[in-house]
Amino acid sequence: MSGVQAGERKGEKAATPMQARGPAFAYFDLDEEAKARGLFSILAEDGSYDPANVTRFDKTLCLQLYRGMLWTRLMDRQFMALQRQGVLGFYAETIGQEAASICSAATLEPQDWLVPALREHGAGLFRGMNFENFVAQLFGNANDITRGRQMPLHPCDRPTNYLNMSSCIATQISHAVGVAMGMKISGVGNQVCMGYMGDGATSEGDFHVAMNFAAVRKAPVVLICQNNQWAISTPVSGQTAAETFALKGIGYGMESLRADGNDMFAVYEVCKYAVDKARRGEGPTFIELLNYRLSAHTSSDDPSRYRDESVTTMWREKREPLIRARIFLEKKGWLSEAEHEAMAAQIESTIREVVAKQRDVPAPPLRSLIEDVQQTPWWRLEEDLAAMQELLAKQ
Amino acid sequence: MPTMNIIQAVNSALRIQMAREPKAVILGEDVGKFGGVFRATSGLYDEFGEDRVIDTPLAEAGIIGTAIGMAVYGMRPIPEIQFSDFIFPAFDQIVNEMAKFRYRSGGQYPCPVVIRTPVGGGIRGGHYHSQSPEALFIHTPGLKVVLPSNPYDAKGLLLSCLQQDDPVLFMEPKKIYRASRGEVPDEAYTVELGKAKIVREGEQVTLIGYGAMVSIMEEAAIKAEEIGISCEVIDLRTLLPFDLETLVESVNKTGRAVVVHEAPKTCGFGAELASSLYERCLGVLEAPIERVAGFDTPFPYSLEHEYMPNADRVIGAIRKTLEW
Ligand SMILES: Cc1ncc(C[n+]2csc(CCOP(=O)(O)OP(=O)(O)O)c2C)c(N)n1
Ligand SMILES: [Mg+2]
Repeated sequence: MSGVQAGERKGEKAATPMQARGPAFAYFDLDEEAKARGLFSILAEDGSYDPANVTRFDKTLCLQLYRGMLWTRLMDRQFMALQRQGVLGFYAETIGQEAASICSAATLEPQDWLVPALREHGAGLFRGMNFENFVAQLFGNANDITRGRQMPLHPCDRPTNYLNMSSCIATQISHAVGVAMGMKISGVGNQVCMGYMGDGATSEGDFHVAMNFAAVRKAPVVLICQNNQWAISTPVSGQTAAETFALKGIGYGMESLRADGNDMFAVYEVCKYAVDKARRGEGPTFIELLNYRLSAHTSSDDPSRYRDESVTTMWREKREPLIRARIFLEKKGWLSEAEHEAMAAQIESTIREVVAKQRDVPAPPLRSLIEDVQQTPWWRLEEDLAAMQELLAKQ
Repeated sequence: MPTMNIIQAVNSALRIQMAREPKAVILGEDVGKFGGVFRATSGLYDEFGEDRVIDTPLAEAGIIGTAIGMAVYGMRPIPEIQFSDFIFPAFDQIVNEMAKFRYRSGGQYPCPVVIRTPVGGGIRGGHYHSQSPEALFIHTPGLKVVLPSNPYDAKGLLLSCLQQDDPVLFMEPKKIYRASRGEVPDEAYTVELGKAKIVREGEQVTLIGYGAMVSIMEEAAIKAEEIGISCEVIDLRTLLPFDLETLVESVNKTGRAVVVHEAPKTCGFGAELASSLYERCLGVLEAPIERVAGFDTPFPYSLEHEYMPNADRVIGAIRKTLEW
C-alpha cells in the first residue's frame, strides 16, 4: 500500500480522499477534540441522506450488512424466547445494537482478529463463525467446541479469529491490544485487531491501562465502545463526568471518533477509517458508537425497575438501526417488502433447524471436566476424576 | 563450566530463548535499556531490539493483559513483574484470564505466558518488597508455579517453562539472587517440571521447602547432624504441580516431616503439603507434621530477621517431631 502523500491528512488513504465522498466527511477534518465531542452521521433518523455520502454503499454491501443485522435481531428474539421457556439457561439480547456490531466488524478482513465484549456475537457470526457451534455453545452440549465451559453467549472460534469473551468486564481490552502488539512485533503486516467494550467498561482500570498501552505501543488496534447508555441499571451519568466517552481517548494521545451507532453507514465509515489507518501502521483509534440498549441487560434483568421505559420506546420507534436501514433499502428499491419477508423467513427457519438439532444433545463427557486446564491434566486431576468415576460406577 | 549466580542463570536462559525463538518477547517495567532493576534482562535489549525487549508503561495489569493477547495470537511473551508484591494489579488478569484461557476456549487458545517475578524477604525491603504470595497462585487452576533455589535449577527450569504451552508463574528468590552461586552450563538444558530434588539424604526427619528456604533447611540439617539427628532435605522446585510422590517416599522412610516457607502459615502452601502427606502417610507418621513459616502478619521491616524462618527455628521444629 502506498504511503501517505504530501499534503494529505494523516490517516487518509491516497486512493479515496475523504472530501471526495460527500459533505458528511468534513467530520474527519475537525480537530481532535471536536471529533471526540461530535457525532458523525450519514443516515438520518427518518432514513434521509445525502447521496454524495453513500457512494461506497452498493446494493451488495448494503444487503450483506442488512442481512447481518436482521440475522442478529431475529436470532436474539428466538433465543430470548427459548430462555423464557426454560430451554436456555441465560441469554443477552443486543436489540438496538445491531448496526454497531455488524457494520463495525464488516470493515475487517478475514485475517483480522475480533475481541468481543458481551454484545458482539452477531458480529462473530457475520464473520463466519459456525452457527452450529454457536448454538451448541448456548446449550453447552457435547458439540460445543468450547466444551461447555462457560455460560451461554461466550463462543470462541479460532478459525475466524474470534477470541472468547470473558465475563469479567474490560479485561479483554488489553488482550485486544496485546493481539495487535503481537501482529506488529511479528511483522506479519496487513492484520488488524478490533476490540469491543461497553460504556460501563470504560470505568474499569483495565480500560485505562489498555488504552495507554495501545497508544504508547502504536498497536494496530481499533477499540470500540458501544455506548448503549446503560451498564445494567447504571446510566452513563453514573459512569463518567466526561461529556463523551470518546473524549477519554484524547488523554492517551489516541485519535478518538464518535458516531451515531444506529446509523449503519456512519458506523461502517468511522470503523473503515480506523481499520485502514491501523492497517497502514498508523496506530490505534478509539471509537464511541452511540446507541441505546433497547432490551433488558440480560435475561436476568428487569429494566422497568430502574429506568423510564418511555425513553426506551422513543429510541425503539424513532432511532433504532434496522428501521432506517430498511427505509433506505426500500427507497433504493433494493429490498421490497416481499423480499424482506423471504429473507426473514429463511433466517428464522435456519435458526429453528439448528436449535432443533442441538437442543437435545447431551452434555460433554465427564472427562472433559479435567481437560484443557493445562495441556496435560496433572496427577491430582486424574486422581480426583478416577475417584469420581469409581463412585459413579458403584451407583 | 562457568560459575553463575541466579540472575546470571536467568539471563542466560532468556538469551537462549530469545535467540532460538523469534516469537519470544520480553516485556515489563525497566526491563529494556536498563536491563531490569535486578539486572536479569541485562544486555537483551541491545541484542534483540526494542520490539522484543519492551519497556512498558508502569501498569502490571497491562503488562500481563497484553502478554495474554500476544500469547493467544501466537507469540511467546515473557513478562517480568518487578517485585511479586506488585503483582496484584495484575491478579485478575492472571487468575481470571491467563489461567483460564485454554480451558474456556475448549483448548483452542493455549496461553503460553511465562511471568518472571522476584519473591521473598531478606533484603530489608519491608512490606512491599518482601512478600511470598505463591499460595494465592498455587490455588489457581490452570497455572504452573515454579520457584528454584539455585542457579543450575533456575536456568534449567526456566528453559523448561519456555518450551511448554501452559502459563507459568516463575518466582525467583531475590534474597539469594546473587548469593547463590554454582556451575551452570552456557548451553541450553532443561530441568524437568513437577519433579522435586532430594538435596540431602537422611533417615529421621524430612525437611521440605523451596527457594531461599532450601539453604536454611540445609544449614539446619548440618546443625542437626552435629547433635545426632539425620535429616533428609527436599527442594520442591515446582510448586504446582508438586511432586508428592518424592515427598511420600521420603516420609515413608523417615516418619517425620517439617515444611518450611516464608509466607504466612495460615493457608500457606505448607498446609496443602501437610494435608496431602497425611492422606498418604498417616500410618507411618511418628509425629504431627511441623510447619515453620512466616508470621501471620504483614511482612515487617525492623524485625524481618525474626519473621523469616531460620535454621534455629527449623531445628526447633525438628526436635518437636522427635520429642512428640
Ligand atoms: C469486573 C466485573 N464487574 C461486574 C460485572 C457484572 N456486570 C456484568 S455486565 C455489567 C454491566 C456492563 O455494562 P457495559 O460495559 O455498559 O456493557 P453492556 O452490558 O451495556 O453491553 C456488569 C456490572 C462483571 N461481569 N465484571
Ligand atoms: Mg452499556
